Amino acid sequence: MGCEQWRGKLDAYADGELDPAETNAVGTHLRGCAACAADVLERVQMKRSVQMAGKRYAASAELRNRITKSVAAKPRRETGWHWKILALPALSVLILSVGINLYVGRETARRQRVYSELADLHVAALASATPVDVLSTDRHTVKPWFQGKIPFTFNLPELQGSEFTLLGGRVTYVAQTPGAHLIYRVRKHEVSVFIFQDRGEETASLASGPVHALSFNVENWTQNGLRYFVVGDVGAEEIQALSKLLRDAG
Amino acid sequence: MKAQKQRVSAAIFEDLAMPLFDQLYNFARWLTQDTAEAEDLVQETYAKALRGFSSFQMGTNFRAWIYRILRNSFLSSRTGLRTMVALDGESDEMLLPAESTTPENIVIEQANRETVQQALADLPVPFREILLLCEVEEMSYQEIAETLAIPMGTVMSRLFRARKALRELLVKNKEGGRHGM
Repeated sequence: MGCEQWRGKLDAYADGELDPAETNAVGTHLRGCAACAADVLERVQMKRSVQMAGKRYAASAELRNRITKSVAAKPRRETGWHWKILALPALSVLILSVGINLYVGRETARRQRVYSELADLHVAALASATPVDVLSTDRHTVKPWFQGKIPFTFNLPELQGSEFTLLGGRVTYVAQTPGAHLIYRVRKHEVSVFIFQDRGEETASLASGPVHALSFNVENWTQNGLRYFVVGDVGAEEIQALSKLLRDAG
Repeated sequence: MKAQKQRVSAAIFEDLAMPLFDQLYNFARWLTQDTAEAEDLVQETYAKALRGFSSFQMGTNFRAWIYRILRNSFLSSRTGLRTMVALDGESDEMLLPAESTTPENIVIEQANRETVQQALADLPVPFREILLLCEVEEMSYQEIAETLAIPMGTVMSRLFRARKALRELLVKNKEGGRHGM
């Protein structure tokens, strides 16, 4: 009843393609019509599934290097006599920078591996029918649950008055190391927190601090022998806010 | 002076094009369904775009421009010629969604990442690419129209049909058990 005029607009509504007046009009209709609201919800879910599924392939570092080189703006070439005088220091700078680049390149590749593994765990958990094994918003339930399951303990923050909610946790493994995987919700987004024992080798190369990797914002740091990672598709500020809460509690 | 100008333009190109590298590769890989072909396609795209950068109009949409180059290169490749089937009976008229919410929702809600990936891979290329541009690249209808060089009306009707086809595949795979297993 009266829904026909709206049905044709629901896709454009979910895609954010209606002008403000139409968006308002559809919004008003949705508040009063459960059928259309369910329809829009389904469309939005479908969009999200495709978005998650579609981010699938990562290029090799080798291809990236090759293309970066091929498009790099050519450095200015010196002319005349000073070319030769400049050549020697330039050469040593070149050798040094090649060395640094190789090193940085390797470190970047290693970092990317860790981040992409964490991003995979985050996405896999959210896509799973049972994202968490201990389902609770109470940190006093979640923390003891990990006892005996992982070889360390940690403290979780009080979230009263913050915009975050704890959804629960599960045991996870990265590089054969067991750790805790906690899932928090902020607005409609889920954020993963990973906690591992800081064993140096694999994680030593990870400078602490915020990163934007694979369309996720990531923050990581070490504290009391534990390595924390906060991963999510929310803004950097929210990742920072949650990281601060965890740091203060730890 | 000319050399200076070229350097500046190469630097601008680098700044505009390199941030899109990961997305372009993902898109190329989805189109070609093959790693080696995707790598060649991305490389060809960057080479063509750099050569033709002087024809790019500053202030217009660079992303749509470079995606269009990638897609045209794909279309003229052997895989592209083979897989890019013409869409019969496509019109610019908006197709009104006749069906309303059905139990299919439940299927889509439960569809995990792998299932959706399989269904996307099974879609005809024109449907797959428009879904990727809309959902993954989050392009507006206008940008999609520029990238695919089709009118806005066609964007909307093709998107509608692509979504419908994807839903049907998800339902079919669900009923027929796990795909390919």
